[in-house]
Amino acid sequence: MKSIIKTENLRLYYGKKEALHGISLEIPEKQITALIGPSGCGKSTFLRSLNRMNDLIDNVTITGTVKINDHDIYAPKTDIVKLRQDVGMVFQQPNPFSFSIYENVSFGLKLAGITDKEEIDARVEESLKQAAIWEVVKDRLNDNAQGLSGGQQQRICIARVLATRPEVILMDEPTSALDPISASQIEETMIKLSQDYTIVTVTHNMQQASRISDMTALFVAGKVVEYDETSTIFMNPKEQVTSDYINGIFG
Amino acid sequence: MRGIFLDEMKKLNLRYITMGINVNEQIYLATKSYIEHDKQLAKEVIAGDEKINDEEVQLEKDSLQLMALKQPMASDFRMIISALKSSSDLERIGDHAASIAVETIRVKGNERVPKIEKLIAEMTDLVRNMMEKVLDAYAKDDIEIAKSAAKIDLEIDIKFVEARKEIIAEMAKETEVAVANASYLTVIRLLERIGDHIVNLAEWVVYRNTNKLVELNPGKLDRDVAEKVVDGEKLDQDEMKLVKEAEACAQPDENL
Repeated sequence: MKSIIKTENLRLYYGKKEALHGISLEIPEKQITALIGPSGCGKSTFLRSLNRMNDLIDNVTITGTVKINDHDIYAPKTDIVKLRQDVGMVFQQPNPFSFSIYENVSFGLKLAGITDKEEIDARVEESLKQAAIWEVVKDRLNDNAQGLSGGQQQRICIARVLATRPEVILMDEPTSALDPISASQIEETMIKLSQDYTIVTVTHNMQQASRISDMTALFVAGKVVEYDETSTIFMNPKEQVTSDYINGIFG
Repeated sequence: MRGIFLDEMKKLNLRYITMGINVNEQIYLATKSYIEHDKQLAKEVIAGDEKINDEEVQLEKDSLQLMALKQPMASDFRMIISALKSSSDLERIGDHAASIAVETIRVKGNERVPKIEKLIAEMTDLVRNMMEKVLDAYAKDDIEIAKSAAKIDLEIDIKFVEARKEIIAEMAKETEVAVANASYLTVIRLLERIGDHIVNLAEWVVYRNTNKLVELNPGKLDRDVAEKVVDGEKLDQDEMKLVKEAEACAQPDENL
């Protein structure tokens, strides 16, 4: 299996505090990789370092490498706008902008300098379809996206990411603010999307990780304790710590 | 998510039904080889048992994985548990079929008793009829079909007692067919055991659909009734009812 993301000895410091203690992971393409672990274990920090979201936080120092398609994303001259188009992100709280559904989804395209109306229309439709929300919103693309339900807003956010045709989609607890039905629908969408996209998701919900992911990495205290196929992690983990965590003994 | 899970459940169900059909075929071929004294066919049945065993392992793996990773609840949970438990019975039925095939090879060349072989053929027909009904019940989620399949077990038990008595009578008068007779006893016992395993399959269909763990095999009562029927003893009302039901249920279903 080809890996698309490779991190080597990735260390991240908030001030002097080391939050990631040298993470080396290879994430396979077109699969769902789940990052699990107790609060404060560094899984979200790691996720955010995959499209340089941590750049926005003061006092962060990063060493080691993160390569996506063999390109070091922390190399000087990296085009961050382009990086974030290739590596999109969906957050815990659905965060559509307070403007129309159409404008939300086409936002990234305009940022990328695409002006052809026909192309934008086509991409908006394509993305909304992939996010399984087209049928619901096709007749009200000009309505404000914040008027939709939480689950629908999250789909708009997924469509917004898809519009720029990324290779990787990062998801930080994408369903934890949603009701069970919406969460289940998003999970199904994620599985479908993983045929064409690489998805890396952080989740507190171990059952979710077991249900939808192909690979699972357990983070504890800024380190990866175990990283393997999801079925192995949940049925026959090698480390006692993993077994204890998934059995709810700690965390 | 639900849709994807249901696809996996469908696959599991299909695997179960396929295994059931293959096991039924094994019973058919094993008894055919036995009655027709076909050593070559018997060898094929014995080799075929390996495939059944592999199917069981795969079914178990799939069930365990679904339970460990997908958190099935309520009817989904029961569906997986019943497939998992039933697969053990199916596998054991397959073993019994292979044992009948082994008897074919063991007895070949010895003098036979056509009268008893005819009884064995009839017993086989009942067993296969019962098996087909239970698979039908599983596929249709129909507990009535499952219960009626289980009732056929009494017919099989009656046939078993009848055959056993015939065999013993033959043993008493003809020493030349001793080898065959000993083998007949083994084969009818195997067929009778297969019937009991099929009752278990029916019980899992009931559990799957109702969450009730039932005992469809009346056990000793069945055996007592079978003895009485064969000896021509008078049956009480309840016993008579059981026999009548078993007869009715054993009528072949034209649709299968």
